[in-house]
Amino acid sequence: MTTLEQTERLLETTSPATPPDTDGTGTALNTTNPADTTRFIDRKGVKPAVGFLVPVVLLVAWWVVAAAEVFTAVQLPPPVAVFEAAVGLIQRGDLWSHIGISVQRVLLGFGIGAVLGMIFGAILGLSRWADALLTPLLGALRAVPSLAWVPLLILWMQIGEDSKVTLIAIGAFFPVFTTLYAGLQHVDPHLVEAGRAFGYKGFRLFKTVQLPAVVPSIFSGLRLALAQAWLFLVAAELIASSMGLGFLLTDSQNNGRTDRLILAIILLAVLGKITDTLLGLAEKRAIARWT
Amino acid sequence: MTHANTSAVVCRNVGRAFGTNGTSRQILTNIDLEIAAGEIISIIGASGSGKSTLLRALGGLDVGFTGEVLIDGTAVAAYDPRCAIGFQEPRLLPWATVTDNVAIGLPEGTPKSTATARVAELLDLVGLAEAADHRPREISGGMAQRASLARAMARDPEILLLDEPFGALDALTRIKMQQLLLDVHAQTGTTTVMVTHDVDEALLLSDRIVLLDASPHTEGATIANIFTPPAPRPRASHDPALVVLREALLAGLGVEPLASSKG
Repeated sequence: MTTLEQTERLLETTSPATPPDTDGTGTALNTTNPADTTRFIDRKGVKPAVGFLVPVVLLVAWWVVAAAEVFTAVQLPPPVAVFEAAVGLIQRGDLWSHIGISVQRVLLGFGIGAVLGMIFGAILGLSRWADALLTPLLGALRAVPSLAWVPLLILWMQIGEDSKVTLIAIGAFFPVFTTLYAGLQHVDPHLVEAGRAFGYKGFRLFKTVQLPAVVPSIFSGLRLALAQAWLFLVAAELIASSMGLGFLLTDSQNNGRTDRLILAIILLAVLGKITDTLLGLAEKRAIARWT
Repeated sequence: MTHANTSAVVCRNVGRAFGTNGTSRQILTNIDLEIAAGEIISIIGASGSGKSTLLRALGGLDVGFTGEVLIDGTAVAAYDPRCAIGFQEPRLLPWATVTDNVAIGLPEGTPKSTATARVAELLDLVGLAEAADHRPREISGGMAQRASLARAMARDPEILLLDEPFGALDALTRIKMQQLLLDVHAQTGTTTVMVTHDVDEALLLSDRIVLLDASPHTEGATIANIFTPPAPRPRASHDPALVVLREALLAGLGVEPLASSKG
């Protein structure tokens, strides 16, 4: 049996309700000795599978520690309790609405912030006048910690979707703006001059030479922005909301529901990772096309 | 496509200084030159003698010069549409195919059907038809330089400016490219100004060779001499008349002729 098969078998048995036995984990780890992995690691699917090993080990450690009752159930509930909390929330119909509203806020805020970041990044990166006029201001706004916006946004837009989406958009704006702005400063001047020499200028030059040249920067900006969007989502929902994963965090804290609290953290990790992976796939394709 | 006898370049007292914060360095000074339509001119000179600076002034890539540059009797404009340039490096867009890169050179507003046919024709001319869908990183340096030449020709320029276009190529590819340039010129008759540091290249290709050197009177380089190779093209590099001219050119560049080469 290969390590991959063992890992997969391991993964199939890692639902919190039926944690794997420690012996199985030990075997899986032992077979991935350095001599094998140097060649084996490059095979298709091996690397992602190996990435699950440490989380699985942590899960087992969590289960062992909880079972040994080192901490109280309020401090650290066992994996099973977290799983049951999830089942409970699903049965009440709350879990999907918490996830749904949070994902919606992140995607909306991220979309708005990213589009504005691209527009401002492009204009300030290309026009010296706009650069001189606006870059100092944006630099100062960027220095404002995210939470400082919250009271003002609530005052202006009340506690609703608008204020939360706006806060997330602010968070997503700056990484996109900054990377695009910086990327445009570093477009190969030889290529830009060649474009100009063949009569390209203004938007046509931007579309033909500068924009394709900064595709990699745009995507690294977008990935940073997406991470920021999740960060700002929790900030927004922690402070003022009645739904969403951030609300689930505060609500569970207030009610002493550590199981739900841990569930919310795990869900944030999983959702953040999924959205980042999707964007990463798009990035890979775009970079293959535009470099 | 033929511009014979329709265009000419005139430089009158052209100078160029570069500098910041009041400290300025004169690169070119007092350049007077007339180029007839259809001529192939080589600009030759030691490194730093302002060859590229002069070429850039002719094409309007740099309009910070003093004096006058006229094309067809009117002053050169910034990035003058009457000129097309082949740079020292191919400067192809890495994300675009060879076809798309050549199409960059087409004049703005070229109808799509004309554009496709014209690019295909140019790729054929420079022998890149089979590499039409390749990206720049998938082709050799010589092919990239040919694509760059095709892009310049796509503009159907009155003046073709080439900045050491073959300098980075291996000897064999360079010979092929020189032949290609002569073939293209025979077809189109485009006035061509080429910067080179290769004396033999200048001797084989040019109607006239402009030698730039430090001005004896003032700071900056100026035209020290203009040589006219005697024989019509194609020329053999061992032609005795060319051998004499080569020595004169090398002497002008500050290279002592070898004793053995003095027949």
